[in-house]
Formats: sequence, structure tokens, C-alpha cells
Amino acid sequence: MNVLLNIVKRELASYFSTPLAYVFIVIFLTLIGSFTFYLGNFFVRGQADLNAFFAFHPWVYILLIPAVTMRLWAEERKAGTIELLMTLPLTTTQAVLGKFFAAWIFIFIALILTFPIWITVNYLGQPDNGVILAGYVGSLFMSGAYLSIGSCISAITKNQVIAFVIAATVCFIFTMSGVDIVLNFFKVWSPEFFVNTISSMSFLTHFESITKGVIEIRDFLFYLSVIIFWLFLNVVVVEFKKFN
Amino acid sequence: MISIKNLTKKFDNFTAVDNLTMHVKKGEVLGFLGPNGAGKSTTMKMITGFIKPTDGIIKVKDMNVETDSIECKKLIGYLPEGAPLYGDMTPKNMLKFVANTRGMNLHEFKVAFDNVVVQTEITDVINQPIDTLSKGYKRRVGLAQALIHNPEILILDEPTDGLDPNQKHHVRNLINDMGKKKAIIISTHILEEVDAVCSRACIIARGKKIIDNKPRELKKIFKNNNLDNIFREITLNK
Repeated sequence: MNVLLNIVKRELASYFSTPLAYVFIVIFLTLIGSFTFYLGNFFVRGQADLNAFFAFHPWVYILLIPAVTMRLWAEERKAGTIELLMTLPLTTTQAVLGKFFAAWIFIFIALILTFPIWITVNYLGQPDNGVILAGYVGSLFMSGAYLSIGSCISAITKNQVIAFVIAATVCFIFTMSGVDIVLNFFKVWSPEFFVNTISSMSFLTHFESITKGVIEIRDFLFYLSVIIFWLFLNVVVVEFKKFN
Repeated sequence: MISIKNLTKKFDNFTAVDNLTMHVKKGEVLGFLGPNGAGKSTTMKMITGFIKPTDGIIKVKDMNVETDSIECKKLIGYLPEGAPLYGDMTPKNMLKFVANTRGMNLHEFKVAFDNVVVQTEITDVINQPIDTLSKGYKRRVGLAQALIHNPEILILDEPTDGLDPNQKHHVRNLINDMGKKKAIIISTHILEEVDAVCSRACIIARGKKIIDNKPRELKKIFKNNNLDNIFREITLNK
């Protein structure tokens, strides 16, 4: 536990000792803000909710989360510090979890910094703050799922650009798998249960139901199982690299 | 302390380490010699558990490095090839991170820190980001990181690379001092270093052990008082 905490601390400190954290947070807030007000028509809708705000979270995450995760393992491998880290008395699982939780806490901080929009909507009307809270929690869980994908892919390569591109693509596929364009492609030739499986893997569908206020445990469990699956794969990848 | 038996490492079709057997006792400083690409670093990576052997067994204090990896790692201080460090950290934070991960409490860390900073002469740069340090300082921070928990076993991959002659002299004295109480393996291609610090020299080429003997004995066998010539003779001819 102590070891895990120690890695989380070191990782988190490394975000803020470089411009990365500040650049990320500024761009995250700018993108989310402009999407909400311009594309989401926050004012024109005339409704006191944050649907216009949450609707763009998956898209911003697809772009920005791979930028956070690309360095997690690829940079360590490139700089050789992975040799230092992995010869300390810690398990691969501790290293994987430490890096993941640090990244998750970082996204959590970025998410908290969107609070002005929550204040705005409360000033303008009487929104259902329970639904908004659920939206935030849902967004945090969804970001964890994106992070776990990115972290695992970063462990495959020592090239950060490759890690970014592949992670963004995989994140995109998981997001879009519930949309008709993707589903129609499968409907033509595959059995229905397969189409249903693909559509049930969609980050978008699960997130939409949370932000609409339909709060079901299984949506959170979905993200949780995605996180566990990818982090497990992450451990396997790091372990496997020991043989090469 | 360290016992290596029939160690082999293959990368695809290339055999980096070929059936290597050797032992290091407490109080010994083994000089691991060989041309570039001979398999020195690969062997060290396997002893420290960073990569897994294709075949063979490595034991540290009678514990198998592969099955008791955490316990083994606790006993070892390791300076990897090129002394990689987290560039965004200061040496102090870096050492603190390593010490904490090794389970040392704050008091233990403070005592060890004061000690190790003097030993490796990095007092002046202790609060500067590692990225801004010179090569010599980085190497010594790497060394400090390996020494912080006062390990019984030290694996140092080219510990004096990038140091100026004075610093080299200092680090060699340090290794000599520690050599009495620990089991140490250092890799180097500087042969004078073997004379200066090693109680035994193990020369490998193309992954195979060619010679394992005391430096003094080597000179007798080859009727040649220059280690450079011996090295050239055995690594080129065979």
C-alpha cells in the first residue's frame, strides 16, 4: 500500500513539475467551455441542466487522454528509467496501478476545475444537482476507462507518438461502437447477439444514460470492468516485455 | 551471495548470454569485463530481475531471483547502464522516492541520505533538477540511488563512465571500502579499474565466459603485465 502511494505521489508530482499539467488543464477547460457554449448552445437551449456540457466529454477525452497516457510507459522505456523502477522491490501490478491512479487523480483535478459552469447553471436556474453529480461521477469513471486503454497501449511501445495515435484510435472505436454508422457495418453480416455485444461496449451509450439521470449501477460497473480489463492487460504487457 | 548457473539469454536468433556460470561471495568485487555487446549488461539485467533468462538459474542468498523477486530486489542496489534517472526530479526527491519505495521510514532515510550524499559527493546539486546536471553528477546520483538502503549486494553497470579522473579515483575508493562488507559486481571496459578495485576479473565475449580469475593470476598466466594486451588477446583470438 505504501509502495503504491509512493508511486502515485511521484507520478502526480511529475505532472506538475513540467508544463504538461498546466497546458493540459488550460486546453481541457477551453475546449470543454467552447463546445458547451458554441456547439452545445448552452444558452439557447433554455434548460437548466448540464447536458450540453457533458455531451462533449467523450470527444474531448478521445483527444486529450491519450496525450496524458502516451508518456506513462513509453517515456520510461525510452529514458531507461523503467529499469530503475522495475528493479525496485515492487510488483508490476503496483507500478501499473500507481501510474493509473496518478493519471486518474490528475483528470479528477481537471474535472473539478470545470466548477464555474456548475455555478453558472445554478445561478441561471434550478437544475437537478443530483443528476449533475451523477454526470460528473460518470464522466470520471469514463475517463478512467480511457486512461486504462491509453496506459496499456503506452506499455507496448517506446515511441510516444505511436502510443498517442493508437490509443486515440482505440478510444474512438470504443466510443463510437454504439452509433448506427458503426453498427450498420456489422449488422450486414454478423448475428444479432454480436451486434448487441458491440453496441453494449459503447462508452457513449453508457455515459448518455448516466447524464440523462438514469442512474444504474451497471453503467458504472461497465466502466469499472473496462478499467480492470485494460489494466490487467497492461500488467501482462509489462511482464511479457521482460522476456524480450 | 550471488550464484549464477548455466545462464542463457536469447533474443530471437541472437544469443546474448551463453551458458554462463559464476559465483560472487561476500567481500568480493567482481570485475565484469568484455567488449561492447559481450552480454555484460544483459547478465546484470537478469540478476536484478529486470529481464528474465531464457535458461539457467540465478540465486541471491539462496533465493531464486525469478520466484522470490521482491525479496531479492530488496537486497540489491543497482546502477543500470547509462544511469537513467527521473529528469524532472531533484536528486533529493529522487533518493527519497527510492528510499520510500524500499520501505525506509523518514528517520532511516535522513540518516542514509546524509551519509550517501557525502559518499558520492553530490551535496552541491541536491536541490537542482536532474535534467540540468552534468554527466558526472548524474552518474553519482545514480550511484547514490543504488547505495541508499545500504544493500548487501551491489550491481554497478559502468559506475565510473563519464567521470573525470578525480571523480573516478573517488568512486574507486568508495567501491574498495564497500567491497569488504558486500558482494559487488561492476562492469567496465577500463582495465586499470580492474587492477584498482576488483578482487576477481571475469572476462566474457560473445556471451561466453572466457576467464574467471584474480587479476594478479591473469598476469602470471599470460606472462604479460599489461591487462590491455591480455584482454585483446583473449577477446579477439577466440
